[in-house]
Amino acid sequence: MYDVLIIGAGVVGSAVARELARYKLSIAVAEKEQDVAMGTSKANSGIVHAGFDAKTGTNKAIYNVLGARMYPQLAEELEFPYRKNGAFVLCFDESDKYKLEELLEQGKRNGVSGLSILTGEKVREIEPNVSDKVVAALYAETSGIVSPYEMTIALAENAAENGVEFLLGQEVTSIKRSKKGFKVQLSDKTVEAKIVVNCAGVYADDIYNAFTDSQSMRIITRKGEYCLLDKKCGGLTDKTLFQLPTELGKGILVAPTTHGNIIVGPTAADLPVKDDIDTTYTGLNLAFDTATKSVPSLSRRNIITQFAGLRAHPEGGDFIIGESEVPNFYNVAGIESPGLTAAPAIAVDVAEEIANRLNADKNSNFNPKRKAIPCFARMSDSEREQLIARNPLYGKIVCRCENVTEGEIVDSIRRPLGATDLDGVKRRTRAGMGRCQMGFCTPRIMEILARERNTDITEITKNGKGSNVVLGRTE
Amino acid sequence: MKNCDLVIIGGGPAGLAAAVAAFDEGLRDIIILEREPTLGGILNQCIHNGFGLHTFKEELTGPEYAARFEKLVYDRKINYKLGSTVINVTPQKVVTYVNEQEGLSKIQAKAIILTCGCRERPRGAINIPGARAAGIFSAGTAQKLVNIQGLMPGKEVVILGSGDIGLIMARRMTFEGAHVKAVVELMPYSSGLNRNIVQCLNDFNIPLKFSHTVVDIKATNGRVSSVVIAQVNDKLQPIMDTTEEISCDTLLLSVGLVPENELAGYAGIEISPITNGAIVDDRMMTSVEGIFECGNVLHVHDLVDYVSEESAHAGRCAARYVTCSGKVNGYVPTVGTNGVRYVVPQKIAKSDSAEPISLRMRVSNVFKNVEIAVLLDGEKITSRKKQIVTPGEMETIVLNGELVQKVKKGQKLEVTLNVGGTK
Repeated sequence: MYDVLIIGAGVVGSAVARELARYKLSIAVAEKEQDVAMGTSKANSGIVHAGFDAKTGTNKAIYNVLGARMYPQLAEELEFPYRKNGAFVLCFDESDKYKLEELLEQGKRNGVSGLSILTGEKVREIEPNVSDKVVAALYAETSGIVSPYEMTIALAENAAENGVEFLLGQEVTSIKRSKKGFKVQLSDKTVEAKIVVNCAGVYADDIYNAFTDSQSMRIITRKGEYCLLDKKCGGLTDKTLFQLPTELGKGILVAPTTHGNIIVGPTAADLPVKDDIDTTYTGLNLAFDTATKSVPSLSRRNIITQFAGLRAHPEGGDFIIGESEVPNFYNVAGIESPGLTAAPAIAVDVAEEIANRLNADKNSNFNPKRKAIPCFARMSDSEREQLIARNPLYGKIVCRCENVTEGEIVDSIRRPLGATDLDGVKRRTRAGMGRCQMGFCTPRIMEILARERNTDITEITKNGKGSNVVLGRTE
Repeated sequence: MKNCDLVIIGGGPAGLAAAVAAFDEGLRDIIILEREPTLGGILNQCIHNGFGLHTFKEELTGPEYAARFEKLVYDRKINYKLGSTVINVTPQKVVTYVNEQEGLSKIQAKAIILTCGCRERPRGAINIPGARAAGIFSAGTAQKLVNIQGLMPGKEVVILGSGDIGLIMARRMTFEGAHVKAVVELMPYSSGLNRNIVQCLNDFNIPLKFSHTVVDIKATNGRVSSVVIAQVNDKLQPIMDTTEEISCDTLLLSVGLVPENELAGYAGIEISPITNGAIVDDRMMTSVEGIFECGNVLHVHDLVDYVSEESAHAGRCAARYVTCSGKVNGYVPTVGTNGVRYVVPQKIAKSDSAEPISLRMRVSNVFKNVEIAVLLDGEKITSRKKQIVTPGEMETIVLNGELVQKVKKGQKLEVTLNVGGTK
């Protein structure tokens, strides 16, 4: 019997788990995938939004602003990549300038500081590659960039280190009320919990509606396609470049990533299904062509990969946060943009409410700090020397494009909630994220995974069950 | 910091040939830094034969060809370090490398030869949409899995791109019991060697579809389940009403090779946007004095024999640079025109040397009955006739030493194609 069962190990579920770990509670997280950060949290723009977009007074506005303020400390405690780089909302038409004013006023009402409107010339002075057609821009000083999957992994690892149990590969198949709370049927086992928190992303409505036998929640799955550019284009822009928002969202952005690539996207297409993350010709073209409007010198030649992510768009438009009609069943659902920014703040409130409900004491042993995997590529030579002296495996470079060492890969596998497949290693270490896209390091990482996990190399998968990299041995 | 006359970065065919030639030119203080646990580079996974016809007048496998050069290195007791990855090269010729035994080390070199080879273009570079599932490999990765690790990348295979590695892998996968359903090529011609089309596809009845590309990849349960191909128009854009779905569990990509010039970038070496390799003079010296480049890191070659030949020349020139630095009195640029996509070297150093100079080039299309002509300020100084030239095969034209000496400062060498007869 757990005190709390969280469904979903994305950024929301992981943040809620970590905040709950500050209390003396027994907590579990059930995740249907084999790893954390496998849904929306691994494929989004990675932006820490300043908070001017959302309508004043909404959950989106409130938690966006609160969440953004938490990032600097959170990134320091958990050692995930985050940088306050600032953002422009670009305006291409004199007659649209009033929209910038509206955003600025809304931002002020939401409590965002550091907003101003700049002329096109001023924008190009700061970012010379911005299009000549830009007539003005809203500048948001506090906007930032984050590595969303690394942040989610960091939150989950820290939660695990503080006693939260992660049940990976465990899909919720049914939830029933029991005497003391809820009986939850997972893929391989049944668990009981006093409180359930539904953080199931695009599946949150399925979970809730099946449990309540209703159609009361509706999450629309909205696909966004992205292109990622080579690091040699990293200098194209330092600021995040938005275009004036449309009904479907904040539009297509051009932004640096925390690792120095350039990201372009996302498109927005509502889907009839919840598992389609295939990229499309039209989507990729649309993303790229629209982005070229902001930065005309973007070149397709420099694309190294593309991907699509799904946003959980709540029918009502605002985040769904708090206890549902069923006592002790909480929903944290429809957490679309600015959900990544808002997640840490939402987690604080949800955890506090649950702790109060259960009369939980503070956990004095809670350690908010988590050590990241050493990053050889970002170290000075003397730091590298010390690292290799400590463990010679840090002197063995496996991923030549991103300079990732065997030591880092082994670390990513051995740590709590460690990597179990190629993509898990990639998200934790960047091995395979460079310009050759795992061409050279695939065979080597397979060997390391097989050795460390003590399995046969033919069992090694790319990304979860069924995705075996090879189909047997040669004769 | 250690000192060394000549540091060679990469122990593949280019690095080995350069080291041997530098030694034979009299240099003794040489070190080869190789990131893999063995010398020989990519040849180790090329277990098919067809190597060495020019160099040794016999057909060798990749590992056999490499072994010949490795023996020359061992015989001369040339130093080399394995499992050692170079992470930085400065314009002042300081080389930083790491390995398990020594940790991080720096060497001040008098001369450096970059022989880092090339890499395959990944899926993202050609923007194939669809699922991101297991079963999508570059042909070279698949080659390593099969030939070195004894693993089967898949059983029902489609190959995109008719580059040599793709063709070789079509045959290799067939030998291993896989069903190669088609090789799909964007261009109306192959970028691979003709002999490979015959020996690797035709002999096994594997269809080669020109002017086609992959427009979608479908997956079930995390594994490729089919690819959708379509014909392309003359602008290479897919014609969407010509699509055909081919069920398969594996897609191999052989869509081009790119020189690995990260280190050249750190050293501030000027890179050619056409070859993606350094801009070099006839000594294979880059824009940074004392740093040389040769082999596939300079431009992608078709045959390893030419890599060895070019690299031996670079090795000799680097040795001479160390011993007598070699004064240069300006440069004569070389340019390719009328179907000659590039010429390497891109410039010829005016010096006392009267050695013959090999100009290597690739053409931009298939041309029949052509004359490859070298013009000096518009005047033909030498030429060669060929029945056919194709983008897949490198062409070489050798200028004799006297001609080169005649070249004056301010003049320009043009390499051009006269199609369908002579000018």
